[in-house]
Amino acid sequence: MTDRCAFKLPRDRFDDLLQAIRQRNYLLLAPVERDGSVMWGEIEGSRELAWGKADSQAPGSYRLEAGHPERCFEVTHGPQSLKSLTFSPRQKLVHVRCGDDGLTFDSEAAESKPTAVIGVRACDLAALKMQERIFIEGEYADPYFKARREKLLLVAVNCTRAQPTCFCASMGTGPAAESGFDLVLTELEEGFLVAAGSRTGEEIIASLNLDAAGEPEQEEARQAVEACAASQTRSINTEQLPQAMYAAHDHPHWDDIASRCLSCANCTMVCPTCFCHAVEEVPTLSRDESERIRVWDSCFTPEHGYIHGKNMRPATRERYRMWLTHKLAAWIDQFGSSGCVGCGRCITWCPVGIDLTAEVAALLEKDA
Amino acid sequence: MSEVPKPRLAVFKFASCDGCQLSVLSLEEDLLVLGGKVDIAYFPEASSRMLDGPYDLGLVEGSVSTPEDVHRLSAVREQCGKLVSIGACATSGGIQALRNFIDLDVSAVYPSPEYIDTLSTSTPISEHVDVDFELWGCPIDKQQLALVLGDLLAGVKPRLPGSSVCIECKRRQRTCVLVARGEACLGPVTRTGCGAICPGMSRGCYGCFGPADASFPPGRSQANSDALALHFHEALKMDAADVVRHFRGIHGYMDPFKQTAAKWEDDG
Repeated sequence: MTDRCAFKLPRDRFDDLLQAIRQRNYLLLAPVERDGSVMWGEIEGSRELAWGKADSQAPGSYRLEAGHPERCFEVTHGPQSLKSLTFSPRQKLVHVRCGDDGLTFDSEAAESKPTAVIGVRACDLAALKMQERIFIEGEYADPYFKARREKLLLVAVNCTRAQPTCFCASMGTGPAAESGFDLVLTELEEGFLVAAGSRTGEEIIASLNLDAAGEPEQEEARQAVEACAASQTRSINTEQLPQAMYAAHDHPHWDDIASRCLSCANCTMVCPTCFCHAVEEVPTLSRDESERIRVWDSCFTPEHGYIHGKNMRPATRERYRMWLTHKLAAWIDQFGSSGCVGCGRCITWCPVGIDLTAEVAALLEKDA
Repeated sequence: MSEVPKPRLAVFKFASCDGCQLSVLSLEEDLLVLGGKVDIAYFPEASSRMLDGPYDLGLVEGSVSTPEDVHRLSAVREQCGKLVSIGACATSGGIQALRNFIDLDVSAVYPSPEYIDTLSTSTPISEHVDVDFELWGCPIDKQQLALVLGDLLAGVKPRLPGSSVCIECKRRQRTCVLVARGEACLGPVTRTGCGAICPGMSRGCYGCFGPADASFPPGRSQANSDALALHFHEALKMDAADVVRHFRGIHGYMDPFKQTAAKWEDDG
């Protein structure tokens, strides 16, 4: 955990922080309780946060339970990461009209409102960085992702509570938020520690006239985050990657996974780095207008592996292998780092609880 | 120059509740568009104007459940250039295909069973005649219907996704009812198309759109209903009889749901 210039934010002044952000014309999004989990919801103040709630995650299971009554960030995360806020699940691209003067194409404008996201986790920041590399770095930047990303103000929260499904420590992405945020909070027994990660963050803190944090609070924060890392029970041994995954290409264990996998694509939908999408043409019945949209897609669908005249991945065995090999190995060759940030969402939100850390361990066993 | 005649459309009903025919009428504004593109020559549910065939395009609702149905369907096929079966009954035999799993005794239901001439099974249209396309759902989705009709009238091969309901649920940013509440949900093995209505109302999916991971022609779904059934039993503590009830529902006569239910019936 990098030592930044940290300040004490008493619990009864937490709203002052939120209002200082709102005054800068940001819409506030935060994890709010919805349908037995937390989802990004618009809030006006801290009251709407998940006070006194904690999540209990396990393979294929998520429950909200009673947590520390004085805390609002005990829920580690819900199914959403930052992905849906920057890479929209359904993005209109072009409106096509067919008239007497031929075809006309109107591109959808790339617009976004200034939005502050409260309660972003370290794994989500690592995943956002990965998606930025894919969508907006380099020669071809996606205008929709770019417009949304530029309008985000990110208020991170250091994790002090790990789920049994979390393994960010082994992926080197958490549980402390190191960079990529405007502000970072650590929830303590008495209020919060707050530090800035950007100029805007510094300005917001300066506007609040907070006391600098002393050594005891900083030590409490350090210990809480270290204990969170130490409590993580799952891990991926990244030392052998990517080569060991390529070597496992014909491993019989893929068949074992396929016997359990539903090919439902939930893992890829909740994965904060998965970026597959399909471009669909949605014409009217009259066929004089059409909407071209981009929707989240997955390497687990029957259509995804279809190229002219042939399906490259007709069975679940090939699809799961494609996903895991890309995520943990080919991603390193392609983008310079693993595609897995260790958030564990794919384990929790898999309807039948398939655990990629266990599958990787089985696939990397030499004697299999 | 004489006007090119419009293609002739016919809508036929077999054993069904008429809900899918009503989906055609529910096209609302698009129904006027459709009327402009085709001559609706035969659609008894909608109009008493019933013109003789042949027809360019036939939509068939319902399953085959009587000896008379078998003959009538054969005649329908001969009269239609393209034939599309619409809805769960037509594509997989429907809820009435539950009779396929019992010894049918019509006297238990009808006071005068001598007037009833029925087959012991309810079967999909494609078991009897060649079908050019199948539109799934109980009932069908009107947007999918408009898309398929538009494609067929434009001379394009229709294409609908064969992926799971889960993808649509996640695109709509809904919380998974199976993972977060332990609701038995068939979404992971059910074909998308409904807009994930039931999970959106915090209920498990009933599987109205049939087994996922399927592309046309039918009967080739790879949906892993066995693994989901095992999960219902082990994690949701569902007994064997209840597992059978879940998979032997609206599409109980369609593999792999049929095979999964049969395995649990043997175990139960």
